[in-house]
Amino acid sequence: MNLQNILHEIEQVDGEVYDRLKHVTRRHMFSSITKKALSVAAPAVMATALNKAYAQSGSSVTDVLNFALTLEYLEAEFYNRGLAAGGLIPAQYRDLFDQIRKHEDAHVALLRGALGSAAVAKPNFDFTAKGTFPTVFTNFQTFSAVAQAFEDTGVRAYKGQAANLMSNDAVLTIALQIHSVEARHAARVRMLNNAKGWIVGMEGFPGAVYAGEQAAREREVNVAGLTGQTEMKVSEAFDEPLTKEQVLAIATPFIA
Amino acid sequence: MLGPDGAARTGIGADVDVNLGSGDVGILNYAYALEQLEATFYERVVANPYSGMSAMERSILMDIRDHEVAHREFFKAALGSAAIPALAIDFPGVNFNSRDSILQTARTFEDLGVAAYNGAGQLLADMRNLNTAGKIVSVEARHAAIIRELLSPNSRAFAGDDVVDPATGLDKAMKPGEVAPTAQTFIKQGLIASNLPTM
Repeated sequence: MNLQNILHEIEQVDGEVYDRLKHVTRRHMFSSITKKALSVAAPAVMATALNKAYAQSGSSVTDVLNFALTLEYLEAEFYNRGLAAGGLIPAQYRDLFDQIRKHEDAHVALLRGALGSAAVAKPNFDFTAKGTFPTVFTNFQTFSAVAQAFEDTGVRAYKGQAANLMSNDAVLTIALQIHSVEARHAARVRMLNNAKGWIVGMEGFPGAVYAGEQAAREREVNVAGLTGQTEMKVSEAFDEPLTKEQVLAIATPFIA
Repeated sequence: MLGPDGAARTGIGADVDVNLGSGDVGILNYAYALEQLEATFYERVVANPYSGMSAMERSILMDIRDHEVAHREFFKAALGSAAIPALAIDFPGVNFNSRDSILQTARTFEDLGVAAYNGAGQLLADMRNLNTAGKIVSVEARHAAIIRELLSPNSRAFAGDDVVDPATGLDKAMKPGEVAPTAQTFIKQGLIASNLPTM
């Protein structure tokens, strides 16, 4: 049985196989995750990759930290490039972006230090997102809009992984300490875009960054009913998580 | 019985200590106490606007009030019969007519809330409670950043080095034992936090 058939069979019982393999690509075992690319990969490499992908299945602490590191690489390089682009960031906003850059650089260093040799390498980024944001480093409004998307995604990404870190108190706490810093960044950047510091319903761009944020019930509690507030207002009070798959779908266009 | 400042307690219910309890319920009651504190503060701020409050500031403070009220009512409902009672709260030393006093107090509460949730996460045993805490703490961090921005526009203060360690990029995380003394300053009943989990 050749590799293509094996993959096809796995796909019959596990429709998420290609999503699971995306995780492997972040470990740079493949440069592309197309079926064609997989079909020509050496079988031995494939076997190892599959074992890793399934064994870790997105929930181990190391895996969460590498997921976080990838997002921090993205943010850090984005702000470093933005600050280096002459004439992009108006003088009055350089301090705030330099402060954010400082934190993202520190997060990268912290996570790389924690992961040691298990740390993924930094991907090559395309901040135009394959041409969606061609003026990202020449137009401040575009830059600021992408910054907001990254920060709000970061908040939701860390939130979505907290439960996967419950087995390790120290790592969970550090993740929470990063999570709230991303939220501070998000709030400040949102103001630049004439938005409130908090997420209102599903408002925002790109839409995938804000999917599900309109939730107005927390657990089984009807908070709007209890407070007399609108559901839109209640949605502001609770930030919602994103799954790793949702985050990767948002981030992937920015990876060259 | 003496209050936290050593003065005799006065007022309804002021002579009754409040036991937060143990386990996840204890941590949720601890969060409920902090949310009561914040919600009461912003309710008073909005009801008694300081002189010179701009329309933007009023809008922001009303939003934050609504969020804190939503958090408070969520915890009360989620805790049900295990919830601590409504706390008797006052704000000694806070001048409700002073913009600086109000925004600086708000900054203290928001930064404290962020640090409290960050430190409490690891004390929760039930994944659902951790997830809920995560949904709230980032909103508190958003508040903190915006309040700090009002105090010091276009600076680094929204995530300043006084609250985010510049070497690690980490926000503060405080255990209940570190947070309680500050919170107690504003709460007439004595909070008993000794049964909360510590690790």
